[in-house]
Amino acid sequence: MSAYYAPLIGGIMIGLGAAMLLLLNGRIAGISGILGGLLGQAFARQPGSGSDAGWRIAFLAGLVAAPLLYGIFIALPAAQVDASVGTLVVAGLMVGLGTRYASGCTSGHGICGLSRFSPRSLAATVTFMAAGFATVAVVRGLP
Amino acid sequence: MSTLTSLLAGLVFGLGLVISGMTNPAKVLGFLDIFGRWDPAMAFVMAGALLVGTIAFHVAGKRTRAILGAPISLPTARDIDRRLVLGSLAFGIGWGLAGYCPGPVITSLATGGGKPWIFFVAMLAGMAIFELFERRKA
Repeated sequence: MSAYYAPLIGGIMIGLGAAMLLLLNGRIAGISGILGGLLGQAFARQPGSGSDAGWRIAFLAGLVAAPLLYGIFIALPAAQVDASVGTLVVAGLMVGLGTRYASGCTSGHGICGLSRFSPRSLAATVTFMAAGFATVAVVRGLP
Repeated sequence: MSTLTSLLAGLVFGLGLVISGMTNPAKVLGFLDIFGRWDPAMAFVMAGALLVGTIAFHVAGKRTRAILGAPISLPTARDIDRRLVLGSLAFGIGWGLAGYCPGPVITSLATGGGKPWIFFVAMLAGMAIFELFERRKA
């Protein structure tokens, strides 16, 4: 059971981060949307259109800084990446394209969307979870 | 001020990703391996996040403005269409191939070596392709 304390506490903190951004800034903590919105603004570049890049960059900077802060106090937990370079490229492309077409990822649909009981986010979450289950089953060989 | 609170929110969110184990792709793939040696740990991440998230969105639903004064902007799209389903399918396959989704890979950039960067750059390229397609359509 103690193996599940860290995931539970980590999950609560993820929820707290999303709650802070929602209640303080009025924004949804959907990571693909925050990053993709930034990219979209870079592509648009229309002078005079109100840019909201500041909070987006700040939130992403917080994500990047988190393990650095954590590492000052406690050794970072191990991270094991088994995927090859080729697999990482294909997977990254699919995640980038897919999350933008779906308007959300694990955070935007999975956490924020389900938290506000959005049927659209439930459909997205069921779909990407099922696709994830199926992909791992195929890659690791069906039983 | 709103930039500072956004930074703090990102920091707390990122610490949660590190503590929960979400920044470890092997752990995430263990959760997705339901037909093999399933590791249910990541379900507890979801449970913890939804516990707090549900309360936060309930509170937000009673307000029109955030504490710092900005309007609370919630998504308005409601339709379950092809874009949503096909996009989520592609995302899920990519997630299952590498074990990374957008939050954890960004949180791994400073400390995770080269592999998160490869995934991150490819993910940016995928998002850029989306922008180009959308702009050509418009």
